[in-house]
Amino acid sequence: MLQALIDGILLGGVYGVIATGLSLVFGVLGVVNFAHAEFLMLGMYVAWFAWRWLGLDPLLGSVLSFVIVFAVGYVVQRTLIERVLKAPPAAQVFLTVGLLIAIENAALMVFGSEFRSVSVPYQVQGYRLGDIFIGAPYLYAFAAAVILAAALWLFLERSWTGRAIRAVAQDAMAATLVGVDTKRTYGLAFGLGVALTAFGGAVILPYITVSPTVGGQFVVLMFTVVVLGGLGSVAGALAGGIMVGVVQSMSTLIFPIQLQNLCLFVIFIAVLALRPQGLIKGA
Amino acid sequence: MPETALSSATPDAAASAVLEVRDLSAAYGGPDVLSAVTLGVRTGETVAVLGANTAGKTTLLRAISGLIPKARGHIAFEGLALLGRPAHTIPGLGIGHVPEGRHVFPRMTTLDNLMMGAFFHRGAKDIAERLERVFTLFPRLQERQAQLAGSMSGGEQQMVSIGRALMGKPKLLLLDEPSHGLAPIVVDELHGAIGAINRQGVSVLLVEQNAMLALSVAHRGYVLEAGHVVLSGSSQSLSADPGVRRAYLGV
Repeated sequence: MLQALIDGILLGGVYGVIATGLSLVFGVLGVVNFAHAEFLMLGMYVAWFAWRWLGLDPLLGSVLSFVIVFAVGYVVQRTLIERVLKAPPAAQVFLTVGLLIAIENAALMVFGSEFRSVSVPYQVQGYRLGDIFIGAPYLYAFAAAVILAAALWLFLERSWTGRAIRAVAQDAMAATLVGVDTKRTYGLAFGLGVALTAFGGAVILPYITVSPTVGGQFVVLMFTVVVLGGLGSVAGALAGGIMVGVVQSMSTLIFPIQLQNLCLFVIFIAVLALRPQGLIKGA
Repeated sequence: MPETALSSATPDAAASAVLEVRDLSAAYGGPDVLSAVTLGVRTGETVAVLGANTAGKTTLLRAISGLIPKARGHIAFEGLALLGRPAHTIPGLGIGHVPEGRHVFPRMTTLDNLMMGAFFHRGAKDIAERLERVFTLFPRLQERQAQLAGSMSGGEQQMVSIGRALMGKPKLLLLDEPSHGLAPIVVDELHGAIGAINRQGVSVLLVEQNAMLALSVAHRGYVLEAGHVVLSGSSQSLSADPGVRRAYLGV
């Protein structure tokens, strides 16, 4: 029981960072990015190649994932997403779903369909505290996620660019009137959003294999986290991530492991039906 | 009686004009909301623009701030043509805009709202000094600096919005209905502050539905009707004008 709780928290911290990216994009641009999980996949591939070619541990490669996917995201936003910012939601859905299909198939062409994984020395190591076993890759991924979340918080609260992103999210016209270039800010926010998710993908590479369709595993999870935390709320997404991790991990105590996502679906639908503004207030 | 608007034909007047609007027309895709509006603000002046709700007052200010890309005509700020410049570059030139409806950043603290006002000048050394000046003008903001702007009263939000614009060190302040929806005592306080801002050397273009209030702080005024300037003159002459008195002063 306690073991499942700890496993869930360790998983959930990473889910939180992954979903924070999605939440940030929605909060600032007002666009639901259905292609978001594809950037997770890209982040995983960047980290995989960094490991294969440069010998970088995915925990370090994650920085590279962050930077490269940020750049990709910025360009995607300025060239594609920007065109539908003021369009009806249907146009936004078509674009981001189209993007999802395009990125996934491009990845299939470029990377092939095989599953790839890394091998790192700490992969099967862990720490034992009484009856509790904490897997090293889970612990390190969680720690990296927490560090990134803290850095994100500092960035949004304290830096000029971070404040500008929040300002644009809250009132784009007023932000313009104080000299914020909203188009550039939308690009930065989208880049940052997909980069956060890519980072999350990279740090879980030691325990999850990557393939071009890996994003599919994370789509529902990501949206559940964000729905729990309230779409557009960064702090909520982190808390929602931990909740989802715990639910997933706890449900394996009761149900067979194949059904762990069933619990998520049920919660996802229940929250949407009963409390569409999210479980967590404010932030 | 109507004073001639500033025209570029008289070099002296043009040199002392901080803002010059000539033949400005603007539309939001339908018929013109502003048609061939010509008006000006001289350095150090407070100028009021009066008119009913749909007269085009807000559109005028939005056009000056670059928020209406399809505006046609000529707008010059200190001799610099404004039309065609991206909106986010306008505040850096020295124009502060306090929009209608205040538009504070609701989920930011008062302090962060004010800091955002200095966004264009981020890194400037005198930000603390500017903040001090805003707090002197509105002591309430200093007390409430940690409060989320969205949770404050209308009057306080208006102070935040004005303070935010002042943080950008404007030479010209555009004020859109600052007294709208506020209690009379708060309105008095705000108009006192507008006078103080003007005395510190900031030129003011004030849009108000409440003509009495506007003319009490302004040196001059223009009356806008259905997108046209129909009357202009000193505050005294406008308050004495029978048409203005009937239409806008309710006497």
